[in-house]
Amino acid sequence: MSDAAAIPADAHAHGHHPDLQHHFDSLEQQHEAATLGMWLFLVTEVLFFGGLFMAYLLYRVWYPEAWAAGSEELSIRLGGFNTVVLIGSSLTMAMAVRSAQTGYRRATVGWLLGTMALGLTFLVVKFFEYKDKFTHHHVPGYDFHIEGAHAGLAGPMEIFFSLYFTMTGLHALHMIIGFGIMSVITWMAYRGRFSTQWSTPVEMSGLYWHFVDIVWIFLFPLLYLVDRTGQ
Amino acid sequence: MSHISPKSTYYTIFGILMGLTALTVFAAFHHLGVFNFPVALGIAITKATLVILFFMHAKYSSRLTKLFVGMSFFFLMILFTLTMTDYLSRGFKTYPGGAAGAGYAPPRAKPGAHEAAGEEPKEGEAAH
Repeated sequence: MSDAAAIPADAHAHGHHPDLQHHFDSLEQQHEAATLGMWLFLVTEVLFFGGLFMAYLLYRVWYPEAWAAGSEELSIRLGGFNTVVLIGSSLTMAMAVRSAQTGYRRATVGWLLGTMALGLTFLVVKFFEYKDKFTHHHVPGYDFHIEGAHAGLAGPMEIFFSLYFTMTGLHALHMIIGFGIMSVITWMAYRGRFSTQWSTPVEMSGLYWHFVDIVWIFLFPLLYLVDRTGQ
Repeated sequence: MSHISPKSTYYTIFGILMGLTALTVFAAFHHLGVFNFPVALGIAITKATLVILFFMHAKYSSRLTKLFVGMSFFFLMILFTLTMTDYLSRGFKTYPGGAAGAGYAPPRAKPGAHEAAGEEPKEGEAAH
């Protein structure tokens, strides 16, 4: 936290800042445009995932018992652990953005690496969850079958697991992309590309990462906690 | 230019998010009847709102940005409401003694498998 002075304050912030693109009047305007553009992208992302949540809602209304039975096959421990990990990564990301805004280069790199480590932890846990589904034949279209009391619900439960894999898979894909983006941002931060005047890439990556966190905030109760009272 | 929140804000929000996560797991293990789903959704919406307002700085954004944030959920509600209005009303009778609409009942899992409670339109009901 002692390297704040490593980034020299730009005495000619307006119009002279190297990161001000010539089609913007000021860094403020440029920042506002970037924020608005990023949010517009996130609106499309909300609707992209929204279609899947719509499918989830309809099938849940149609097959409530299959949803409860499918949910019981998922591990609350692993899902809950991943929820804590991912919300934790949102905290480290918020701290990374704050460090970049206040000009602490080393702290920015540290928080970003921490966020990447937590993101990786999430993906590793997810890998083992998926592996477990392959072992228990709960992968739709791949020798899918349900044993025991819920065997009669195998059909709709296959729909549940189809949505489970599609939604968590797309979410994981977003995390992998986020991991790639953050690698670049961390490298830029390490090279001292950001300053108190300009740290937009860190902020925009933060918006993306928090969005991915929000998707999981909904996925966790909707997939893992449908109805646990029967246990 | 962009808003800088104090560290304590982030730690506080993180703490609340952890508390709500514990609460949603706790609630899932208690029988609340039809309220289990709304409670789980309510907690998730609260958590998402906190992330959007404080971690994503929507609280400190311009009014135009706030409009965009709200817009995404407005469109999402249109998607859910109109689609569910269609599906859930397909079984409604259109005139006294009339036939139930086609496509209301979900395809059966397996003949004889015990079904979800709820009325199913019977074949040949129109003949009565």
